[in-house]
Amino acid sequence: MTNGFVRRYIFSTDHKIIGIQYILTGLIMAIVGAWLAVLIRLQLGWPEHQWVFLSRLLPKGMPSGVMTPEFYLAVVTMHGTIMVFFFISYVLVSGFGNYLVPLQVGARDMAFPFLNMLSYWIALLSAVVMVLSFFVEGGAAAAGWTAYPPLSAVASAVPGSQMGQTLWILSMALFIASFTMSGLNIVATVFSTRAPGLSMMRLPLTVWSFFIASILGLLAFPPLTAGAVMLLFDRHFGTSFFLPSGLVVAGKLLPNTGGSPLLWQHLFWFLGHPEVYVLILPALGIAFDILPAFTRKPVFGYRISVWCLVAVGCLSMIVWGHHMFVSGMSPFTGEYFSLVTLTITVPMTIFGVNMLASLWGAKLELRTPMLFALSVIAMFGSGGFGGLFLGNATADMQLHDTYFVVGHFHMMIGGVTLLATFAAIYFWFPKMFGRTMNETLGRLHFWFTFGPFFVIFFMQHFLGLQGAPRRYYAFTAFDYLRDTRGQNLAISIAALLLVSGQLLFLVNFVWSLFGGLAAKANPWQATTLEWTTASPPPHGNFETQPVVERWAYEYGVQTTDGDFAVQTVPARNVPVTA
Amino acid sequence: MTQPAATTIDRWSGGTCPFDAGWRKVMMWWFIITDGLLFAGFLGAYGYARILALRWPDQSTVFSLPYIAAMTFVLITSSATMASAVEAAKEGKRRLALRFIVLTAIGGAVFLGMQAYEWWHLIEEGARLNTNPWGDASFSAYFFLLTGFHGSHVLTGVSILITTAIRTAKGWSTADGVEMAGLYWHFVDLVWVFIFTLFYLL
Repeated sequence: MTNGFVRRYIFSTDHKIIGIQYILTGLIMAIVGAWLAVLIRLQLGWPEHQWVFLSRLLPKGMPSGVMTPEFYLAVVTMHGTIMVFFFISYVLVSGFGNYLVPLQVGARDMAFPFLNMLSYWIALLSAVVMVLSFFVEGGAAAAGWTAYPPLSAVASAVPGSQMGQTLWILSMALFIASFTMSGLNIVATVFSTRAPGLSMMRLPLTVWSFFIASILGLLAFPPLTAGAVMLLFDRHFGTSFFLPSGLVVAGKLLPNTGGSPLLWQHLFWFLGHPEVYVLILPALGIAFDILPAFTRKPVFGYRISVWCLVAVGCLSMIVWGHHMFVSGMSPFTGEYFSLVTLTITVPMTIFGVNMLASLWGAKLELRTPMLFALSVIAMFGSGGFGGLFLGNATADMQLHDTYFVVGHFHMMIGGVTLLATFAAIYFWFPKMFGRTMNETLGRLHFWFTFGPFFVIFFMQHFLGLQGAPRRYYAFTAFDYLRDTRGQNLAISIAALLLVSGQLLFLVNFVWSLFGGLAAKANPWQATTLEWTTASPPPHGNFETQPVVERWAYEYGVQTTDGDFAVQTVPARNVPVTA
Repeated sequence: MTQPAATTIDRWSGGTCPFDAGWRKVMMWWFIITDGLLFAGFLGAYGYARILALRWPDQSTVFSLPYIAAMTFVLITSSATMASAVEAAKEGKRRLALRFIVLTAIGGAVFLGMQAYEWWHLIEEGARLNTNPWGDASFSAYFFLLTGFHGSHVLTGVSILITTAIRTAKGWSTADGVEMAGLYWHFVDLVWVFIFTLFYLL
């Protein structure tokens, strides 16, 4: 291509550019998702208030300024879909996965750079299709991010199940294609392109977490693809894969016979459960790796942490039924799913305790990335407790589809991943752009993120205990929920605070991009391979092929650089501890 | 001078791919695993529906099993010719490899033709996605879904084989490239074995 700019920054095959493209796309989608969250909270906090300015903006969804129930369902659906698939997946898994994996394994690029570029452009197309579905007849999909049939399969069931649901399925198909390409690339890169000396047990935990997350994605997404194809057939070609006999929708008996909506739930959750680990494992890996740069001591229990990630990855494939305890499954099946689900707490607790033990006896440097990494531990521990209740079939009967579930999964795949995403952005921003982000704004942003986030979703657990069901657009019609009015108001105010706090981040991000202080090659004095090259790294990453001599956590030793040894420092200069 | 054989530890300590295979082959294997799970999803759904079914037709009255057996024979034979093509390509016998690749592609095309005839025949008799004259509606729905998806994979395989044949004829292809086309082809055949057993015979 003649135009150098286009070749270098738009249609680039460089994994660093593609990673940054993913991150920027994900952040833009996060703004869309956050805007939808604001609409949800305005509705729940002030159920009958007339928002006149919003009625001008959204004449169909909010005529006279009050949201219609159908529009609320579409907003909830799209908020979930966008945040899970188009924000966290793009920024954390695809974005940082692309950026960090080749650098941290000492490779010049991904194994297959062209496929990598293709995966980004398909991902972008998928995001565009998803956002465009707001503007078609009937509006965006409204069957929840889980798209349960019959709601999602019958066009007359809800306005969003017309064109919007079809676009939702197409967008997900594109997403899966793109995620498969990117996952294949990461797996092949980790297997085949590690630098000499970089054995699997010397990989930074970040790489391990991307590696396992990619494998999980490759194993879990295909059955959902199968389900999506069948749903598309049910919607457009008259099949009854998910539609039972005798279904009456909008006063009309449907001609379908013999299908089962539960089949969709099995296919969906066979993906859905591993998918949450696809998101949370990189978050944990990143937090685990950021800690030692600010404690200046080796992490605790690296090897056992690796095996914990592997164990969680394996277990996550066989626990999907815990999302379906109320679907009428046999109590024995429920018992099995409870048992394996609660088994996950063992490796996860070991991992959490390893992170805590990594802090033991250290003098903590509370820089912005460290604050976010610490808050990952806090959020992970607190959110994890809710999982103990939900994994129990008996307790789940009561808590299923209440705000307890909403609070739990927002803390885990919302909070842990969001905080880790910010930790990663603050930590690797100097490497990506050669500039440093503002520390004061960063710390302020931390408190405006962690504080309100924790308050919102901690309180939602209690709403759930009181029996408030999720996805309802107002609680005004129920006597037993009248008292929750004040709680919903408080949550809404905290949510607005959280969203406005993100403006600090946007300002900091944009301002630092152009006016931040120039960053050194290794501003945090960290040990992994990406810090041995310039900030930002040149095309091809390393001037000479790095040769790895030690593990990724050589802190607290005496070298000419300071109290750490990067992975390439020869063993004859500094003794190798692991 | 003899090189000491690489140990497992050497293979996994970086600087090389642990499986003595390039990243392309690693990627192809993982692609086959994920594509295999796609069919596992379809077949799992089919099993679920089969258990729920009230009136599942007797396959031997609907299908002509000798005809299906012939289709299966053609496809399995094409796997054998593919294996010969890979072997020939490894030994550097380009013309022989080309001949076997073309034979494999013909086998695939014959299979597709036979499948098209089977579809046409069943549609003539009244099989549709949402109904059929023999029993539960899901019978024909899953029939078209499973064989259709497999057929589209065979079609993809035949296109890959034609591309590989052209590249071999021009002298551009490598033994590895032929082997990768072979991996995909064997996978497509293996999937058919599952569909044949689980849908036609069981």
